[in-house]
Amino acid sequence: MSERDIPVTEDELHAYVDDQLPAERRAAVEAWLAAHPDDAERVRTWRTFGEQVRERYGRVVDEPVPRRLDLDRLMARRPRFMVFGAVAAVLLAFVMGGGAGWMAHTAVATEMGASEALRDDAVIAHRLYTKERRHPIEVAGNEDHLLPWLSRRVGTTLRAPDLTQFDFRLLGGRLLPGPTAPAALFMYENGAGERVTLYCTPLKVAATDMVYRDDEGTASVVWAHDDFGWVVSGPANADMLKQVAAAAYAQLETW
Amino acid sequence: MNAFRQSIEALIPALRRYARALTRDADIADDLVQDTLVRALRAERLFIGGDLRSWLYTILTNLNRNRRRALARKPTIVALVDSPTDASGTEAEGRDIAHALAALVEDQRSALLLVVLEGLSYREVADVQGVPIGTVMSRLARARAHVKAYLEEGRPALRRVK
Repeated sequence: MSERDIPVTEDELHAYVDDQLPAERRAAVEAWLAAHPDDAERVRTWRTFGEQVRERYGRVVDEPVPRRLDLDRLMARRPRFMVFGAVAAVLLAFVMGGGAGWMAHTAVATEMGASEALRDDAVIAHRLYTKERRHPIEVAGNEDHLLPWLSRRVGTTLRAPDLTQFDFRLLGGRLLPGPTAPAALFMYENGAGERVTLYCTPLKVAATDMVYRDDEGTASVVWAHDDFGWVVSGPANADMLKQVAAAAYAQLETW
Repeated sequence: MNAFRQSIEALIPALRRYARALTRDADIADDLVQDTLVRALRAERLFIGGDLRSWLYTILTNLNRNRRRALARKPTIVALVDSPTDASGTEAEGRDIAHALAALVEDQRSALLLVVLEGLSYREVADVQGVPIGTVMSRLARARAHVKAYLEEGRPALRRVK
């Protein structure tokens, strides 16, 4: 059977339009199209779409690149908020990846996505429960079963960090549904009635930097470490919240 | 400026083009490109070779997917009329290619644009999207079928459940 006699597939029609068809199949596809007007029509239509897309967006490459995309400017920006071990852990993930640098890069992009999704969940929980006057928590911080209960459900030995140096006192905690497993939410309150929460849930990604974000009045710091994702949320006070997050991280690491 | 950064810089216009077609909004597109560049620069010392262009497209594609996912979580009020997702268009503009692209699901739009606008090979698109090449082919085929139906029939094609 010669190349010409092998039936032409739909994939080959696409490859023909996209100039990705092996040269030896070209004659066969052209013969097929000559004999099948419907397919020839489809191929013409696809070509037209491609031309329309390129006509519509191709010109973007001729526009001057805006200044905010200048690499020197981007390099000069202060690096985002990072914390000690996290950076090393990311590096380690790459080293262990060895030659598979490509895969590692893809993974990093996905991890950013996973931790940002986690942040969204935590911020929603923060907004919902810190507004509560009567029932902000399920179990109070002074009840002995708070930590054993949440630890058992979340699947790790949990501690509530001591944030009294920031005048934040532990109110208690509650159990929430997380993206892939149960999540624990600890709530703290200061003398002024301001509240911060610490959210924790299993998250199977490599360690990430601590990243701060301000979301319409609710700020948060998210990081991933040792297969758990953590989010500290609170009032939009960047200095205070970063210090709280760093203190929580340091205490959680040394336990 | 070192070779790594020069290579990235040379790719910025193409990244802007892809982002513009993907999001149909010049500001959002440049935000995405900016985030992509920041991520890439931060990872400079971790880049151990490979295809820089595909890597940048991968970062941008993932960031856009995350952005859309985050948007989808936020409750929005949607008008109960059959309107294209690209709200910037007016009826007078009609059903052009941009509206047809807007009506596609994200992965199909991205696959189609990476092939027809950015000229990536099917293999490269498979790497960027993190799926087998067969999935790329079916996304491409569906994207083209939807665009055709949209432009010809004047409404988005029904999504077939497979």
